[in-house]
Amino acid sequence: MTAVAGGELLATQDLGAYYGTRQAIAEVTIAFRRKAVTALIGPSGCGKTTLLRCFNRIHEISFDARVEGSVFLDGHDIYANDVDPMAIRRRIGMVFQRPNPFPTLSIFDNTIACAPKGLNYQGKMEAAERALRSAALWDEVKDKLRTSPLRLSGGQQQRLCIARAVAAHPEVLLMDEPTASLDPIATAVIEELMASLCKEFTIVAVTHNMQQAARVSSVTAFMLADETGVGRLIEADATSKLFTKPSDRRTEDYISGRFG
Amino acid sequence: MAQSASRHRNLARRRIVGGLGVGLALLCAIIGAACLLIILGYVIVQGAGALNRDFLTQLPHPVGVPGGGVGNGILGTFIILGIATAMAIPIGLLTGIYLSLFGRGPIPEALRFLSDVLSGVPSIAIGLFAYAVLVAPFKHFSAFSASFAFMMLMLPLLVRTSEQAIRSVPQTVREGALALGMSNFRATVRIVIPTAMPAIITALLLAIARVIGETAPLLFTAFGSQFWESNPNRPMAVLALQVFTYAISPYPSWQAQAWGGALLLIGAVFVLSLGARLMLRRAMRGLEA
Repeated sequence: MTAVAGGELLATQDLGAYYGTRQAIAEVTIAFRRKAVTALIGPSGCGKTTLLRCFNRIHEISFDARVEGSVFLDGHDIYANDVDPMAIRRRIGMVFQRPNPFPTLSIFDNTIACAPKGLNYQGKMEAAERALRSAALWDEVKDKLRTSPLRLSGGQQQRLCIARAVAAHPEVLLMDEPTASLDPIATAVIEELMASLCKEFTIVAVTHNMQQAARVSSVTAFMLADETGVGRLIEADATSKLFTKPSDRRTEDYISGRFG
Repeated sequence: MAQSASRHRNLARRRIVGGLGVGLALLCAIIGAACLLIILGYVIVQGAGALNRDFLTQLPHPVGVPGGGVGNGILGTFIILGIATAMAIPIGLLTGIYLSLFGRGPIPEALRFLSDVLSGVPSIAIGLFAYAVLVAPFKHFSAFSASFAFMMLMLPLLVRTSEQAIRSVPQTVREGALALGMSNFRATVRIVIPTAMPAIITALLLAIARVIGETAPLLFTAFGSQFWESNPNRPMAVLALQVFTYAISPYPSWQAQAWGGALLLIGAVFVLSLGARLMLRRAMRGLEA
């Protein structure tokens, strides 16, 4: 149980992930800056999403999936034997590529579905309002908290999913291409939201959009699949540096649009 | 030039063949639909005359006494189906949940195989089994033994369709719950099953429609009765059984009542199927969004 260099909140050591016998990522070692947005970029199939899914042990719910190496949360390996994945997922929340509100629950119940237990009605109401406010959704839904989330627009649904994750009081927020299914205006709202949320949470966001990475993140990590199709971390650096003076030739090729 | 002409002929021939194919398919569809409509029409014509308030509410009259009805059979149908459904829902639904959550490996595969075999077992054989375990040892016929046979007929349908219904809930919905720390059981009970509920109710309605007209297993389980009987431990009148008895009788008045009973059964299946379709439409709407 040694803490990783720098005492970062979230870090990995020689992380590899498999689907059956197929290795999806290998030898990823990276530490994420606290209370900042880190963007994971790279071409399709480079393992960005798989890497993200290893961080809260949601990777292992896929059939035949497994992980090697370590992921440290506050210095403790979340893949240690005595760790309950459910406890980890409460500390490391996740927002998905497509908005996935729970279809049969109301907006209110969606928001607090994963919130800590034991709140009375007043407490739930306050928790919901706080979460919806921090997801910049409160003003739009405060008069229809009891209605179905399916009537909301895609962008509103995605912000509801963010509120749902925030209400669980995580320390880390994982976002898997959170704007991939949204129009440019809804995308801008989510990006603003990420900028404000990172004051409170450590955010790791996958994106295939390099402009988005440049806009929202302070650190960017570039991944690429090697010739056998295994995703590897090429480099991670301050976003401003990675996009102007990358240290690896392959990063430069990618950000200048020579492939991918 | 010659090549283009042959290509043209080729195209014309393909159009004709294609047209013939569509025509043939349409013809077969019309024949199929017509069969159903003819049966429906015939039963309505023959049975509508027998339907009146007495028919629905009275006990059967002895041969030669005009009037009388199948009221006790309707009551018995409700009781026997009710007990069968109450037993089949927990077993079928929980098995379906189990298969959808832990769908791989030898035990789930064996369960699926057994369920498929059970769905192919003739209903008379299931009736015989119910007779062997619930009638013969107690030396009397009973409505409960009929419910048991119906439950066995409903189970395979319920198991497989509820498994399908739960599986059809998008994986992203389940993941959304798990990724925020919900337990697998809670995610299933609170999120996944409610999402699948319209489809599960559809499955239930279809399972009831499947057994409501079953007659063979009733012959040596519920047996039939001339009285108002509501004790499941005793022989009970059932509508499908009355249709059978009346239809093979030599008396025209009974035969007319058999048609009336058949019309009631077809009406019930019609209503159940319609309900199932409406529920399914709701389920699809829920899943799309």
